[in-house]
Amino acid sequence: MAKRIDVKDLNIYYSDFLAVADVSVDIEPNSVTAFIGPSGCGKSTFLRTLNRMHEVIPGARVEGKVAMDGVDLYGEGVDPVAVRRSIGMVFQRPNPFPTMSIAENVLAGVRLNNRRISKGDAQDLVESSLRGSNLWNEVKDRLTRPGSSLSGGQQQRLCIARAIAVRPQVLLMDEPCSALDPISTLAIEDLISELKDNYTIVIVTHNMQQAARVSDRTAFFNIAGSGLPGRLIEVDATSTMFSSPREKATEDYISGRFG
Amino acid sequence: MTTLTPTPAGPPDLTPDSTADTRALLAGMDTRRRVTDKVMTGLVVASFVIALIPLISVSWTVLSNGLDRFNLNFLSVSMRGVFGGMDAGGIYHAIMGTLEITALAALISVPIGLLAAIYLVEYGRGALAHTVTFFVDVMTGIPSVVAGLFAYALFAVVFGPGVRFGVVGAVALSVLMIPVVVRSCEEMLRLVPNELREAALALGVPKWLTVVKVVLRTAIAGIGTGIMLAVARVIGETAPLLITVGVIDSINFNVFDGRMMTLPVYVYRQYSQGLVPCNDPAAICIPTINYDRAWAAALTLILIVMLLNLAARLLTRVFAPKTAR
Repeated sequence: MAKRIDVKDLNIYYSDFLAVADVSVDIEPNSVTAFIGPSGCGKSTFLRTLNRMHEVIPGARVEGKVAMDGVDLYGEGVDPVAVRRSIGMVFQRPNPFPTMSIAENVLAGVRLNNRRISKGDAQDLVESSLRGSNLWNEVKDRLTRPGSSLSGGQQQRLCIARAIAVRPQVLLMDEPCSALDPISTLAIEDLISELKDNYTIVIVTHNMQQAARVSDRTAFFNIAGSGLPGRLIEVDATSTMFSSPREKATEDYISGRFG
Repeated sequence: MTTLTPTPAGPPDLTPDSTADTRALLAGMDTRRRVTDKVMTGLVVASFVIALIPLISVSWTVLSNGLDRFNLNFLSVSMRGVFGGMDAGGIYHAIMGTLEITALAALISVPIGLLAAIYLVEYGRGALAHTVTFFVDVMTGIPSVVAGLFAYALFAVVFGPGVRFGVVGAVALSVLMIPVVVRSCEEMLRLVPNELREAALALGVPKWLTVVKVVLRTAIAGIGTGIMLAVARVIGETAPLLITVGVIDSINFNVFDGRMMTLPVYVYRQYSQGLVPCNDPAAICIPTINYDRAWAAALTLILIVMLLNLAARLLTRVFAPKTAR
């Protein structure tokens, strides 16, 4: 079910401004790839190009190739809506739909697409998705309560349940723990390790310990100065990156000398 | 005082002096700030009271003048065959006319206004969006009598001069209502957090479904209120209806044919007829009957707007985003 993503010579623009330049990276299936780097270096921007959420912003566009199992996501005839169904996304701030209950939030991907689903199937999907995001035991007695009644960490796990309910092949996470306390963060990190069995996971994080804890491979992005494009400096197995990185900049960043 | 107490209470390094200094620091009277605070509070309260005076005064005047005539019979009969100072006549025809024409105007304005607002917020970029915004602003400033003349002129092209029926009035009211609907819906749609749009898009929901099922659904309470305000804005319009729908004493339900009476026009008409000369002492004649009817009709109009407001509030409460409680 999990798929690989190969990015080749990707340039990312906001109108005429080159935000991220010349990224080539391979994202392995059934693994966790972490993007680290200082603020404004284009990690999130790059992440959003992987499921074509980048182009939602007016004027945003890309050049280059992003291929999932060999199919160019920006190629002729590829439907961005279908891309987003197979490559799910979890955002920095938990964003459950305020008009929907917990169960409805999980089913949002189905219901918002006007797809019919039997009551039994819906219940099964809610349960399996919430179990998948380790939230089932906490909310099983109040599925009809509003999603916004949950705590921040629970809301974020609800958003993960909502994302996996669409059964994507890849799950992108944009700093999923930055708005959460350490206990909720731990819950999400445990969840990421479990999700790895079924999904390819890409996570952007500002927290280097988190990258070291959860990821198999780490990519370091950096920016030379404001107004200049962000670049991928190096990517390697996480253990290598944190022990003996090839680039000086990576070592400086990881050891806390800047950023 | 300090000389009488040998050992001050508290920690040993706390001298009466330092306590006094701290007290002076924390409880010192910043007289100027306190005075300013009192003056501004007074001003705010006074402005509020002044703003309330006309509202209470209007409500009181309309109630006290209108309640005399306001009864079930007045609400359920028309003015057909009523003349002079007769103790008869009602506003049934005007109520129906106002409700029908306003409903029709809302039916025309709400889809157009809402779609325009969706275009401006969700899709519009560049020159076209700017043009639409500009003309919506211009339309907001159109005097209502001009809207009436416009609608009349539009229909006169097809039906010839002197055309008067309900739809013409509804079109005139729509011209006034559309910009208000666009503006308020636009505000409400912009209030929907972008994160919700992105959340839906990232689930693989097409843009139009995102707009319909997430953005509109989230903003529906505000949109309902906005539409109600727009209705309230046009339901009391007199001049355009006088031009386009005219005046009639009997009941006409058909908005596609013939003149209709509406409440604001009824009020104007009754008021302009003035006092009735009562010469025959034998007949029942009320000299102020026309004024009484005008006040009672005005009261009815206010009550209708209030009822619509209440209904809208109930509806929006049902649809409002569920908040944690």
